[in-house]
Amino acid sequence: MSGFLAVVRRDLRLALRQGSDSMMVVTFFVLTVVLFPFGIGPEPGILERVAAGVLWVTALLASMLSLDRLFQTDYEDGSLDLITRSPQPLSVLVLGKVAAHWLTTGLPLLAAAPLLAVLLNMNADGFGVLVVAFALGTPTLSLIGAVGAALVLGARRGGVLLSLLVLPLYIPVLVFGVSAVDAAIMDLPFKAQLLILGGFLLGAAALCPWATAAALRQAVE
Amino acid sequence: MHRFANPNRFLKLANAILPWAAGLTVILTLAGLYYALVASPEDYQQGATVRIMYVHVPAAWMALFVYTAIAVASAVALIWKHPVSDLFAKASAPVGAAFTFIALVTGALWGKPMWGTWWVWDARLTSMLILFFLYLGHMALMNAFDDPQRGYKAAAVLALVGVVNVPIIKFSVDWWNTLHQPASVARMDGPAIDPAMLTPLFLMAFAFKAYYITVALLRMRGEIAEAKVRAISMSQVHG
Repeated sequence: MSGFLAVVRRDLRLALRQGSDSMMVVTFFVLTVVLFPFGIGPEPGILERVAAGVLWVTALLASMLSLDRLFQTDYEDGSLDLITRSPQPLSVLVLGKVAAHWLTTGLPLLAAAPLLAVLLNMNADGFGVLVVAFALGTPTLSLIGAVGAALVLGARRGGVLLSLLVLPLYIPVLVFGVSAVDAAIMDLPFKAQLLILGGFLLGAAALCPWATAAALRQAVE
Repeated sequence: MHRFANPNRFLKLANAILPWAAGLTVILTLAGLYYALVASPEDYQQGATVRIMYVHVPAAWMALFVYTAIAVASAVALIWKHPVSDLFAKASAPVGAAFTFIALVTGALWGKPMWGTWWVWDARLTSMLILFFLYLGHMALMNAFDDPQRGYKAAAVLALVGVVNVPIIKFSVDWWNTLHQPASVARMDGPAIDPAMLTPLFLMAFAFKAYYITVALLRMRGEIAEAKVRAISMSQVHG
């Protein structure tokens, strides 16, 4: 536990001092969402219909954008060697890094999502579910993304490769995230979708740190 | 299994199997094509287009089979550090991707006359498309490193992550599809398949399997030869 907290504290401090990363992610999220009315037209009806999908897809891309930095800097300056050789279990330290990543990128997305939903003319019934679905979904994205980020360490064209690896694995979160919000807007029951999103989060939290640790070990070998 | 961790011993086995597998591929393909194109009846609804099935269905089966085989080989490679199963995974991935691609293309060609459109976001089609992307990611990761060993290990971890995800993706696509698309598309599962159609289907399925074994062995032989060449040229450089 102490190792987990130490990693979270270190990564948060680094993020706060460098500052720009999480701002960039939110800016990307906002800008891309703002592009959609230009692309598909400003009619409120159409925007309302696609709002949930646009927000989720853009959040997926935004959270992927910051992934290649997750282990890259540690890999380059050698702290990853120390982390993998620490007596603490590596999967717990990985979980710490993922938690810090979510706090600096997922949480700002969560805060920005309802505001953008207003811009996209989403029905107010969906706001609460949107926030809950984002709160359950974005940590899963960070966890799955961490596996990809660890796998591409040291690869040529790592950034492009990362999107190819990670995006297909994001599809289940996207499906249930959008469907929960759509169901809430249409006054249908949405509990099942949220429970499944929670299940994905638990499953990813159990399995992904382990796979990430395996990938990191072979990266620093 | 560990007996064949030695590439030379494996090569002996591969060379012994190859002619048989290649011969079997040719015989089964010829027999399967004869039954599929000539000796099998036309479907009472679909006419001659039903013959696409004899390529489409075996290709789709092989797409899943090869991914499973890669996952098993990856687990073996990671657990026992078995060098030949790394090569097997590397040799299999493009073959599996090709089978997936064939299943997608023949599906589109079949969909045009039957459904009136090249592509529908049907659950099966969509999950096949995602499987194709998983294959592409696996191949790209395998070749992304200067050190081939890194590529093998990274791709092996990815294949295992992928195989856990395939059922989840399949299930979410089914769910998504039933929400977005009520059964508006003509389903393929009409009447039960006639035995006269099962014969060519199974013949083609086994022909595809024999083809896969042949190509995988050929590609593995090539990989081993390449590793030897690399080792020799390295020893010359370091003199």
